[in-house]
Amino acid sequence: MRAPVGLALLWALAACAAQDRPEVAASPAPLRAGQDPAAAPDPYASTYRPGPSERIAIVGATILTGTGEAIENGTVLIADGRIEAVGRDVAVPEGHARIDGRGRWVTPGIIDPHSHLGVWSQPDSVEAQNDVNELTDPNTAQVWAEHSLWPQDPGFDAAREAGVTTLMILPGSGNLFGGRTVTVRNVPAVTMQAMRFPGAPAGLKVACGENPKRVYGGRGRSPATRMGNVAGYRRAWIEAADYQRRWDRWRDGAGAGDPPRRDLQLDTLAGVLRGEILVHNHCYRADEMAIMIDVAREFGFRIRAFHHSSEAYKIAPLLAREQICAVTWTNWWGYKMEVFDAIEENAAIVDAAGGCAAIHSDDPLVVQRLNQEAAAALSAGRRAGLDISEGEAIRWITANPARILGIDDRTGTLEPGKAADVVLWSASPFSIYALAQTVWIDGARMFDRGRPGGAHSSDFLVGQAGQEAR
Amino acid sequence: MIVRWLATLAAALAAVPAAAETVAITGARILTAGPAGAIENGTVVIRDGRIAAVGGGLAPPPGARIVDGRGGIVTPGFIQPDSTLGAVEVSQVPASADRASHAARMSAAFDISLGLNPDSILLPVARLAGITRAVTTPLYDDRPDRPLLFAGQAAVIDLAQRPQMVTRPRAAMVLEMGEGGAARAGGARGAAIVALRTLLEDVRFFARQRALYDRGEGRPQALSRADLEALVPVAEGRMPLIVKVDRASDIVEMIAFAREERLRIVIDGGVEGWRVADEIARAGVAVIVDPVANLPRSFSEIGASLENAARLHAAGVTVLLKAGSGVAHRARELRYGAGNAVAHGLPHEAALAALTINPARIFGVDDRLGSVEPGKQADLVLWSGDPFEPLSQPRAVFIDGIEQPLTARTLELRDRYMP
Repeated sequence: MRAPVGLALLWALAACAAQDRPEVAASPAPLRAGQDPAAAPDPYASTYRPGPSERIAIVGATILTGTGEAIENGTVLIADGRIEAVGRDVAVPEGHARIDGRGRWVTPGIIDPHSHLGVWSQPDSVEAQNDVNELTDPNTAQVWAEHSLWPQDPGFDAAREAGVTTLMILPGSGNLFGGRTVTVRNVPAVTMQAMRFPGAPAGLKVACGENPKRVYGGRGRSPATRMGNVAGYRRAWIEAADYQRRWDRWRDGAGAGDPPRRDLQLDTLAGVLRGEILVHNHCYRADEMAIMIDVAREFGFRIRAFHHSSEAYKIAPLLAREQICAVTWTNWWGYKMEVFDAIEENAAIVDAAGGCAAIHSDDPLVVQRLNQEAAAALSAGRRAGLDISEGEAIRWITANPARILGIDDRTGTLEPGKAADVVLWSASPFSIYALAQTVWIDGARMFDRGRPGGAHSSDFLVGQAGQEAR
Repeated sequence: MIVRWLATLAAALAAVPAAAETVAITGARILTAGPAGAIENGTVVIRDGRIAAVGGGLAPPPGARIVDGRGGIVTPGFIQPDSTLGAVEVSQVPASADRASHAARMSAAFDISLGLNPDSILLPVARLAGITRAVTTPLYDDRPDRPLLFAGQAAVIDLAQRPQMVTRPRAAMVLEMGEGGAARAGGARGAAIVALRTLLEDVRFFARQRALYDRGEGRPQALSRADLEALVPVAEGRMPLIVKVDRASDIVEMIAFAREERLRIVIDGGVEGWRVADEIARAGVAVIVDPVANLPRSFSEIGASLENAARLHAAGVTVLLKAGSGVAHRARELRYGAGNAVAHGLPHEAALAALTINPARIFGVDDRLGSVEPGKQADLVLWSGDPFEPLSQPRAVFIDGIEQPLTARTLELRDRYMP
């Protein structure tokens, strides 16, 4: 498919150049398909198509918009896959089906900024289902999580039933550079491409601390220490800058001479240096996060978010100043040394310092309770005397992860023009008893609790025991 | 060393209020988990570490310290089953954990009640979630040369951070069957069940013929003397055997096995239990359920459902709830797990029983713990609201009538960095 198009393009450009300006080559002659990283920057492109959008009005609900606001007895209008209007005094236009929201709550679709669904799939005790960590070299920036992703992971369905409409799927943290992340719509699909969030930027998973040094130190290789970790990052960024320079020089020379040989690992790292790929940095300790900020400054790139970031509360003003988000849990702690100092108030303290806090799951069960994790974080913040409203706290699982994933222009809040990613809850999402009743993605109803056929189940479970009444 | 330890002990004893203090919690809604059910505007009187009285409109005794419970809810302290509280500090630091033995001749005899750490920083964290007792339960530490069936013996402990923290040692034996049992028995369930049956025969022979065994006569034994001795109460049906199984067929198989061998079993996990709920109820077997385990994480958990606890309860099964897959650091999620079980159909009072009187009964301490009843040890929590709601917090926690400080290392860290 791709080669003929490439050749046709080659011919067309060559013909153009020959006829119009034979003496000036404006751009280098295209290389053979797949050889020039700039020629096809999105080779595994999204084929996601939203389901049929509803035209509805949810009336009388408490609405947490994700902008910090809470609207009681409000109305949300949805049409053509988008939010049309949100507010207390919104008239319901002709042709919109009314949904009674009284006693119920509406939020933007939940976004999990750190998931391994599909790349470490159920049944996850089965080794064959584990495609998350390419533990063959400390730098595997060349691998892409989307090439491991199995859309049939039953965890996607369970997450959707809990209101999760978008997730970022990451490679694991055993390597310094784990590979590229992929952001997906949480829709039933048979191919990865049909889940890819159109236009969402790619990310690069970088890991600090114990994991890389344990994996490679245990094999008698570098990194065996935290200083080895940092040397590994710095060496890689030097190579990436050199690689970018070689391509730039070749392009500046209008394609004269041999082109650089394409390197998938350096493609990813160079994409970070160009600002096209967002850095998602697994990093627990405050001191290590501060060093990573300096590494980024040394080589001229930005870190989008620290993930896990259990000690973000110790450097909350620094993170706020650097505009780096802290993605964390509320309840997990103590399973290893670098997470010994994790506290429930982490997100609330980052938030109170004016920073960007988000709650993630990193787990197929926690992803089904991100609202409860946010509730526990909110409760801990209030216990500490911080004045945080529900309207603000919902941002930790909606607007802020959207910003972290670089999709905040399209989703994460209930604002006119944004994608109609909406959850209707049976109660406040900060109540342990709240269930997602209806979930819309791009205005299409993707889950409807209790309605026959309202829930999708994975091919994996078809025909297996106990499915009739799960 | 001993002098330092004694000094620490003396300091600890001086720091806590006297157990003899008389306290009255007044004006609260009391969820007793006992025959009295819920009591509105109730009073609980604590004297000499025990519950002296409980009821609506009770006048506090003269001289009692009053704890204003208005607007709050009193529950029994929660009991976390299948936990390793007191036996671990950092999961990935082996020297800080005493949860498992991999000694070749030490399986059933491993007694987790010995060598627990009352200074563990996990205990106050769990206490802040209303947990006052736990069933500290051995894990497996599998090594290639150690295909041993039993993990060891569990103990009921308290979380008051005092030197004597064991409420009931050797409260149950721990055994994994199903996939895990099969793996340790050579790779098949059929092998594991035969191995178990053979071991029980050995144990019964040993119990009758100890003298013969000690003279080196009788039949060859696969287990060490200590292991055989530890299993005698299990074989005689005096000690409950916690059996970790998930697949419906494994549950049914173990119920039949227990009936034949006259064992008292408790199912731990029981992910597909709802599919055989009637059989479990008929056998009178209790199940320890992780209420959020709804994924097919193995081929033994294909039927996992969020309604497992509710359906087991509806069928008449005694349900206990656990949290965080038995990870001690995640004990504080216990109350959230109960709330999730309620959201998926378990009645609220059944969920409370699953955290209190049910574990007390199954692990043999219901004569003194597990409900708010006169005469019982005063393990009580006063909550700001519904105990299962994350937005509620404990206002006071009592263990044996001693009010516990609402502090933890995590809160001290927080206070260092508060903006």
